[in-house]
Amino acid sequence: MEVQLRSPKEIMKLSRLGCFHQSKLSFLRSFLEEFKDWKYSRDLFELNKDGYGKAVYSFSKNKRIYSLVCFANELHEEERSDRVIATKWDAAFALHDGIPSKRDIDRLYENVPKQEVGRLSCKELTLSRANRSVRLFNKVVASLSEGKQPDKKLLSKVGYLYRTTAVYGSGKFGLADRFRIKNRPELKGPFRLEMMLVYLVRQFTFDQINHIAQNKNPKKFVKLDEKIAKGLGIGNSTGLGMAPFIINHPTLLNNWVQSREIILKKIREIKIIEDDQFSIFYDCLSKSIINVENWNTDSDFQKNKIKKLLNDLNKTVKYLKTVDKKEKYLFNAIYKWAENEVCQECLEYLVSIFMEPFNDIVNDYKKNMSSDEDKYFTIPSHRTIIDLRDILENYYSELLKLDFNIKENNKNFWFISKNKEEPRLGNRFEVKGSELEQPLAIARDIKKLYERVIVSKNSKTIAEFLIENDDLRHVVRRAFIIEKFPYSEILDNTIGDKLMPIDMLRFKLSFFGAVKFDPRSDKWLRICMFQGAPLPNQLKNFDDKWIYDSLN
Amino acid sequence: MRSLSEIDTISKRATRAKGFSWGISEEVGKCTRLLELFSLPGFKNLNQYLKNYDQNKFKQIKLISKNNNTDGKYHCPISVGVSFLDQIKMLEKLNSIEFSKIAYPLLFLPFVSRASEILGKKIFIKLDEKEFILNFNHSIFSNTSKIEIWKNANNILITFLENDNSFNENEWDEMNKFANETFLEESKELKEKSAGAGLTDND
Repeated sequence: MEVQLRSPKEIMKLSRLGCFHQSKLSFLRSFLEEFKDWKYSRDLFELNKDGYGKAVYSFSKNKRIYSLVCFANELHEEERSDRVIATKWDAAFALHDGIPSKRDIDRLYENVPKQEVGRLSCKELTLSRANRSVRLFNKVVASLSEGKQPDKKLLSKVGYLYRTTAVYGSGKFGLADRFRIKNRPELKGPFRLEMMLVYLVRQFTFDQINHIAQNKNPKKFVKLDEKIAKGLGIGNSTGLGMAPFIINHPTLLNNWVQSREIILKKIREIKIIEDDQFSIFYDCLSKSIINVENWNTDSDFQKNKIKKLLNDLNKTVKYLKTVDKKEKYLFNAIYKWAENEVCQECLEYLVSIFMEPFNDIVNDYKKNMSSDEDKYFTIPSHRTIIDLRDILENYYSELLKLDFNIKENNKNFWFISKNKEEPRLGNRFEVKGSELEQPLAIARDIKKLYERVIVSKNSKTIAEFLIENDDLRHVVRRAFIIEKFPYSEILDNTIGDKLMPIDMLRFKLSFFGAVKFDPRSDKWLRICMFQGAPLPNQLKNFDDKWIYDSLN
Repeated sequence: MRSLSEIDTISKRATRAKGFSWGISEEVGKCTRLLELFSLPGFKNLNQYLKNYDQNKFKQIKLISKNNNTDGKYHCPISVGVSFLDQIKMLEKLNSIEFSKIAYPLLFLPFVSRASEILGKKIFIKLDEKEFILNFNHSIFSNTSKIEIWKNANNILITFLENDNSFNENEWDEMNKFANETFLEESKELKEKSAGAGLTDND
């Protein structure tokens, strides 16, 4: 039986992308798989009694070493802000390529705490900063110093001791360009070094909190229980900065989504499902419901989504108890049932969990998640207008229906803030500056392109067309990319009044492997990473389904 | 040190700020990055060009022909570059192309380099006394060792090079003789056993 791939027209809608969840393909899970047999060590730990100072952690294998350099600084309460516009943080981090010399550490000490206004070198790979959780950190210190483990309920509610507010890589602020390291086999998956940084930061937060508590009360102090530590991750707050990424990297976007879609198709095409395969799926699903129940948010939007998800997950479990496990193409039957019976959030959740029993299928696609984007940059200008017209009509038909003369469809514009060089969204009818709009209104510009293409001669070459239409060159490029990469484009209006930017953020974060999305507005959200992940000393032998055990 | 990614982004935004379209600005970002990767001062030259952009009305070119002369103003290297890249399949048929007057000609080079990759042919370009061979966008070979700010070139000749070897048949045979010394002369016994088909492979 052949199952068709789900159409990009169905999947690449923002409301659907905003329903995606972590899976075996997620980068933090594939990072742990890749680095599980690397040697972990804490190479330096020079903190004062209050936890301020420096530390270095590393992963090494053969002659390759990656070192996280951490700086923890005193931060006055009035200076603490988790927004990207902050200028000081409780701790700042850089991942260094190799063993940092004393000179490197001195140089990094001068620059890393300054973040965007500091300068890094090509010896550094990623950069980040984080703040202590005001809801949790001091309470955990107090408990441990009094000889008690912290309140699990409170830990579960927050999920982390520190929250990062940005993680930078790929050439930002002088960091190494991707091309310098892309051929290293351990870095073949996307965002590997960002994941490594966050993972090692997590360990630093445990070491620091133990250190502070011990210094506070050396006689009574107890160390944070490893089981409790395992249930804690690293928080992250993410705003609009992340949103344009998935528009600006179309081939990468395609490779993420297409891998997921091909895996789903292959699973639905399996004729006989073994008992243990069904059991793995069923167990992961059942355990994961506890995670959903522990998913806290103040956002009414998210609360409603969680409520519906929980309801539909319970409905699914009930249904799964009735299925004939010997039925041919069982996962196809489950998928088809879910398509009719559960909400999109639940359907996409199930798609993620479908992957759990099928390492042999999923592993092949982990390697396909990166992209050599430059290869597809040049426009094939020898092609003709008829080719371009076909592409626009075949791939963008939904967008071509939009009318951008209607104010609501044209409400917003994306711009870069001068103060922070970060993407922002403004209402073009209320604020000045739309002439500085970023090229992120793809739907509108594709429509504009189509209107010009249909009045052009079919035999005209793209080179000839561009002579008079260079204002649309950026979308001509994209059209020829989507022809090769059908999942490369968000097939939705990114400037309309119904836009929910957090759908874009949630989509990207789901591929990171984040859980417990907690929208703080329609433009930023908090998440948790590595909650439930093995600690570095447990990496040699861990259950790759750890994510479903977190806080259970 | 600024990374290539930063150079790409800043070049793109600066070009956009001067009124070029986003699509063209993306091309300039990539090309400046390429020049810097080849250790040529693309960023410096782009900076100078954009600084002069408003007061000097550079000549834009749309359709490139065999001879592209201008009496007065210098050609915009970005406009020439983008048109050259877009029209390369058509231009190849002309065998050689001449221009007069291109401003900041270094900025034109990466477009020619990318065109060389599209064609699968090396391209020779002479900009006044400076000569370059663009090798499929993998490298740039030049008779000029030091370039800083290069304001203009007056006579430009572009030639598409056929994919000929740099050596003659005699040199090939000589090298081939050396190479053959790594082979083993087959005895009758080896002929029978080592290929697996015996002395005859007829059906």
